[in-house]
Formats: sequence, structure tokens, C-alpha cells
Amino acid sequence: MRKNLALPRKATLPPPLDTRYQVETPEGIDLPLRPAGLMPRVLAFTVDLGVRGLVLGLLFIALAFLGKLGIGLGSVLLFLVSWWYMVLFEVLNQGCSPGKQLMGLRVVHDDGTPIGWSASLIRNLLRFVDMLPFGYALGAISCLQHPTFKRLGDIAAGTLVIYREQPVTRPQIPLALALPPSFALTLNEQRAVLGFAERQAELSSERVNELAAILAEPLHVAPSHAVAELNGIARGLLGPT
Amino acid sequence: MKQSLFESRHQPEWDQFAQRLDLLERGKADANDCASFPKDFRQVCQHLALAQERGYSSYLIDPLQQLVLRGHQQLYRYRSRVGAQLLAFVLADFPRLVRAQWPFVLVASLLFFGSLIGIGLLVYRFPELVYSLIPVEQVAEMQSMYDPMAGHLGRAAERAASDDWVMFGYYIMHNIGIAFQTFASGLLFGLGSVFFLFFNGLMIGAVAGHLTHIGYGENFWSFVVGHGAFELSAIALAGAAGLQLGWALIAPGRLPRGEALRLAARKSVSMICGVMLFLLIAAFIEAYWSSRTGPAPLIKYLVGAILWVVVAIYLIFAGRTRHAPD
Repeated sequence: MRKNLALPRKATLPPPLDTRYQVETPEGIDLPLRPAGLMPRVLAFTVDLGVRGLVLGLLFIALAFLGKLGIGLGSVLLFLVSWWYMVLFEVLNQGCSPGKQLMGLRVVHDDGTPIGWSASLIRNLLRFVDMLPFGYALGAISCLQHPTFKRLGDIAAGTLVIYREQPVTRPQIPLALALPPSFALTLNEQRAVLGFAERQAELSSERVNELAAILAEPLHVAPSHAVAELNGIARGLLGPT
Repeated sequence: MKQSLFESRHQPEWDQFAQRLDLLERGKADANDCASFPKDFRQVCQHLALAQERGYSSYLIDPLQQLVLRGHQQLYRYRSRVGAQLLAFVLADFPRLVRAQWPFVLVASLLFFGSLIGIGLLVYRFPELVYSLIPVEQVAEMQSMYDPMAGHLGRAAERAASDDWVMFGYYIMHNIGIAFQTFASGLLFGLGSVFFLFFNGLMIGAVAGHLTHIGYGENFWSFVVGHGAFELSAIALAGAAGLQLGWALIAPGRLPRGEALRLAARKSVSMICGVMLFLLIAAFIEAYWSSRTGPAPLIKYLVGAILWVVVAIYLIFAGRTRHAPD
């Protein structure tokens, strides 16, 4: 690890080369949110469309037996389902309509708080404009050129469609004798060594050796022993279990 | 401190916090239990900051980040007392908002009522004009609906009590749909709202002028005057809300366009809530009062006039007192 390339300890990190969107909370914590792109949102909308079609179809069949009253109820229902389906689900179900639930998405305000009535109403009423002139063309264009993939309704409402957080399962780090690092590691280097040890099971042994061999020289060990050395350092960083 | 020591020391707290979050997310938390929630949340935030600062592994930081995100969503939730807010909105906030946005309301009303009255007078003077605006079949359909010989009013051929329901549903669906379109298309720099206001004004005006000209006037006007007070003013207000969106894009002032749009959208959506309320009332009147053939036209005109005055008084004077009920 050449010193001139390593970052000084307190330096601000360069912005990551991905679509993460940082929200700073009043507690001074940066929450990373992961905005969802066009494709998963299209799929979620398609699912929602299908669900709505199915529900309406079934209800219309049921209402057909009620005669005139059924027609009246049916048109009220059609109104409710076409304009309120999304709003009700988003506000009452932690920001997920059934389609979003299936695709692992949710809607939140720009500051990461759960979506409320007015924002949800705005974004779903303005859906009408996103659909213009045909097949969601305006919405798709807006979504593709926006850094956090917002369609016009999202821009006006100040909302964000993000991936829901998935629980992570923690891998065991390989057994090794704890070793002190031969020189002081920066924060990022520490995390890189820990990450290397934790993710070893996902990589082939050739790749593991290849990665570790890069560090053989600065660690002053033979390339064949680099993996064991790194695992030892990781173990040492983690501390006794 | 080594990572594993830090973890084993605080793991029970995190587990407990996660359990409480589960309860909160499912809405089953006990209020007494949650007294310490903000304190615990700040504690987890501090642990996350420490873990990041000490370069602990991502597999520790990520779950902590998720805990903080979930806690953030529960702690900074916008809760509101819906009942009290609704009452305050109807009694004071909505008319106040309409008055505060008077330039948009004025422009929208001029567009809508101007085109309506203008084309109405034109068609009344030059009857052929109606056919260049509305297809012949539709004109014929309109005529049959308001034919004084037919002894019924409105769309349905034969109205029974159950038909009122049909029409109520139809009016809600149709009118609120139009209002939403008029509002939403305002996002296209206001052009969509202008178009829908103007277009709807032309259509209604042409029909009114035509029917008056061929002598169905009494039937037509006595039918529409009652609910028109709510319905027509609601369309104009929806247009005003749309124009507000468009104006935020055209002239955002000292804000960036996106920010100006967000602020305008928040105001205009309250206006749309008021519009929905108006249209619900209108649909109710239209289905259950306007369609009645029993009362004499004079009574219907009187009731209609009273409704127009009520709407005007409501929009102009409600919520002017300094201490509005809340």
C-alpha cells in the first residue's frame, strides 16, 4: 500500500460511483437511500395495473347481480380504484403498493420520512401528466434523466422511490491466528481487510489468492502466505470472539 | 475498542430496539413502552457513528444503518389529527387559500366563465355555430335529454329511485375525473389547464346556448342551476390550482424551479381537496335534487340562486375572523 495513494484519516470520501442518495438526519447520521430506476418501477406499476384490473373485473361481475344500484356502486368503485388505489396503499402500508411490495420498493419523502397524504396525492394525481402523450413517455424521460430517477409527479411532491432495506446475513470470517498489522492501517484499509475476510466464501480460491498477492509486497510476506496474513490481521481487527 | 467487544456489549440493546421497531411498524406498540424510544434511537445513532469512525466491518455497519433508517421513519413520522384538521380546512383554510391565490382563481374563472358565456351568447345569436363545435349526434342526444315533452330530466331515459344512485356514481366519476385532469395538466407550464378550462367552457356554453335557442331553456336551466354553483366553481378552482403549478415553472422567483414546483404543489393539492369536496356536494345535488321534476321551475331557480350566493359567501367571507376555530 503506497502511502501517497492512501487517503488521510479525516479526509472526506470521494462521492461513490453509484446512485446512493445521502440524507443527513438531525442526529448527524448520513442515511444512504438507494433510489430505484425505471425498470423495477415499470414492473411494479404493471403488477399494480394487473391487480386493479383483476379486482375491478371480479367486483363488476359481483355488482352485475345488483342491477342499477350495482352500476352506480360500480362507477363509484371505478373512481376509487383508478384515482385512490395508489394513495391509500402508499399512505397506509408503509409506502408500498402491492406491486412495489413485490419488487421490494417503497415511496418516502425526500428526507427519508414515510410518505403522507398530501405528497402521495400530489404524486398520484400528477401521474396523469406523466402518462402523456402516450405510455408514460414524459414520466420515463424525466425518470431517466434525473439523478435520483424521479418522474414529474415525484419532483412536484418531493418524494423518492427507493429499494426497501433487506436484512443482511453475516458470514463467518475464516479461522486464523490474530495478528497485529505490520503498519498502521487507515479507516478504509481496515474496512477493506475486514471485507476481504468476510467475503472470502463468495470468491473462488484462485481469485482470493490473486487479490491477496497484490498486498504480499507491502506486508513483507511471500505471495502464498498473503491470504493467511490478511485473515490474521482481520481477526486481530475484529478482536476476540 | 475491538469490534467484537463493542458488538457483544451492545447487541442486546440493538435487538431490543429492533423488536420495538417491529411493533411500531405493525402499529401494535404500547404507548407507555415508547417513552424511551427517542433516547434509544439516539443511542443507536451514536453506536453507528462510532462504528463508522472506528472502521468496523460493513456487516456491522449495514445492520446498524438499517436500524437507524427504520427508527428515523418511525420517529419523524408526520402524524396529524385528521378530524380537527378536516374541520379547520372546511371552515377556514380552504376559503382562505382560495382568497390567497386570487390571481390564479381570477384568471381561471375568466377563462372558464368567459368562454362559457361568450360562446353561449354567440350560439344563441347564430344557432348554426353549435354544429361546428359539437357533432350532430351529440346535439341530438342533448336535445332529447332536456325535451320538455319527455317529462324527465338528465341523462337516464326513465328515472327510478335506484337510478339516482347510478347518476350519483356517474357524476362523481365523470366530474372529479375532469377536475383532476384540469389540475394535473397544469404541470405542462399551465397550458393543459388553460386548454381544459377553455374547452369545457366552450362545450357547456354551446350546449346551453343551443338548448335555450330551441326553447328547452326552462328545462335546462332549472336542471343545472342548483348543482352548477358547486360544479362550475369547482372546475374553475381546479384550473386555478393547475395554473399555480404551471406558474411555479414559468416564474419560480428566487427559488430553483424544482423547489418552487414542490411548494406550489403542496398548496395546490389542498385546493384540489376542496374541489373534491365541492364536486361531491355537486354530485349529490345533481342526483337527488336537480333531477326531480316535482318542484316548479321557479322554486328550482330560487334554490339555485341561494346555492350560488352560499358558495360566494363561503369563498369570500369564511375564515376571516382572526381566531378561526381549530
